[in-house]
Amino acid sequence: MNFKTPSKLEKILAAGHFAVTSECGPPRGSNIEHIVNKANLIKDHVDAINITDNQTSVTRLCSLAACIRLKLMGLEPVLQMVTRDRNRIALQSDILGAAAFDIFNMLCLSGDHQSFGDCAQGQNVHDLDSMQLLQTVRHMRDEGKFLGGGDIDRPPRMFVGAAANPFADPFEIRVPRLAKKIAAGAEFIQTQCIYNLDKFELWMKMLRDRGLHEKVYILAGLTPLKSAGMAKYMKNRVPGMDVPDDVVKRMAAAPKEKQPEEGIKICIESIQRLKEVEGVKGFHIMAIEWEEKVPEIVENTGLYPRPKVD
Amino acid sequence: MIVADKKPIDEIIKEIENYGKILILGCNECVTVCEAGGKKEVGILASALRMYFLNQGKDVKIDEVTLERQCDHEYLEEIRDRVDKYEAIVSLACGVGVQFTAEKYHAMPVYPGVNTCFLGVTEKRGLWTERCQACGKCMLAKTAGICPVSRCAKRLLNGPCGGSTKGKCEISKEVDCAWQLIVDRLKALGKIGDYENIIPLKDWSTDRAGGPRKVAREDVQL
Repeated sequence: MNFKTPSKLEKILAAGHFAVTSECGPPRGSNIEHIVNKANLIKDHVDAINITDNQTSVTRLCSLAACIRLKLMGLEPVLQMVTRDRNRIALQSDILGAAAFDIFNMLCLSGDHQSFGDCAQGQNVHDLDSMQLLQTVRHMRDEGKFLGGGDIDRPPRMFVGAAANPFADPFEIRVPRLAKKIAAGAEFIQTQCIYNLDKFELWMKMLRDRGLHEKVYILAGLTPLKSAGMAKYMKNRVPGMDVPDDVVKRMAAAPKEKQPEEGIKICIESIQRLKEVEGVKGFHIMAIEWEEKVPEIVENTGLYPRPKVD
Repeated sequence: MIVADKKPIDEIIKEIENYGKILILGCNECVTVCEAGGKKEVGILASALRMYFLNQGKDVKIDEVTLERQCDHEYLEEIRDRVDKYEAIVSLACGVGVQFTAEKYHAMPVYPGVNTCFLGVTEKRGLWTERCQACGKCMLAKTAGICPVSRCAKRLLNGPCGGSTKGKCEISKEVDCAWQLIVDRLKALGKIGDYENIIPLKDWSTDRAGGPRKVAREDVQL
């Protein structure tokens, strides 16, 4: 088989296996052992681990350093990179930094607005947007050149991904937007957390109608709910999140101490259902500060053991 | 127009309280339209300052002048013959006017009396909103006449981001999502297919990033 990159994630997807990825948020400090501990909880149950890049605009240990740490553990990191905090010089520079440590996966994002975080008075950069970051990485990889035109000595070899949120507005351009990201160079997609399965399936149908499922690997995003409170918060307070009323009700109907269990159950049922959706090629399980539950979810959805690839 | 907003009077007082003769200098252009620095606001600020200094038992002379513009030599020259009578000027023009006044009267302290906010429109009396950031390379032809640089909180040239909800931006339910507006207008123009054209990396060298800018037109120079 012909691979564009040495990425394990690419190999698993290309071989036709369901891929399983998860993500870990770096610590609010320099004790990198936190990320080591989180990774150890999930490493046998996932193919690759995303490291978030100052998610929700809260300052944290940098994604690149955490990815390097995972790489040194022999794991497969997915470097998340947002365009909020770096201009095109810094973006290219960090891509090379990642390439130097043979980090083979990258997720290109624009990032939450800084007003959500701990530096609301800071500038945002957005020299590029996520679409243009995709173009940049692909240009560096495929042409072996910098944006400025110069040759790169030992170009990056990254499998390039993007996010997609089928639930944000306007809905009608959500599939055209995906098409745009594919045209910009996205090879895999990790979606926003899915609670409204009907709407997700509609989005999948619309993208299949355009044949986009054959041009990109779609990894369905799931975040298990810990409580009814979390469900309500996600529904009402997180922009672009679609948590249907029946999900909130189901969580609320469970006694408080049973709600985490109910959340895991919903997550497992969702994966079981989404496995049947044509074009879904894997799952991205974002168990926020709940990494220890990832193995249980993976084992109970027939996704364990993880396939071995060379 | 350039939209400005009044500075809190306490902030102005802190800058000028040690002067005895002060000129409040208004501008008859943009700041008049946005009711921050025209003749009317000059009068209001001058009265408030006179009252303040009177209450403090200070004898401070405060005069009022409003020029046609503070961004042109000829109008700024109008005060040359009397400017020496003052110890300080509070300019209620935009930052451009404040600076041009300061350049013109090199040894005269000039203080800003407004905060210069953005290039925008009057949506209705008392409500002004941003439309342009003067990036120097207008791309409105590609975005259905709606500017993502000034109206998207992340200035995404290929938006909307995943935070767009019911037509509003993720930063606030009070702020329209620029890309929702663009999509709506592309539809109205029968050009929604254009949405899929990727807007390439922008050359920001004509923006603030390129350093102080100038437009030099030999064809109109005297």
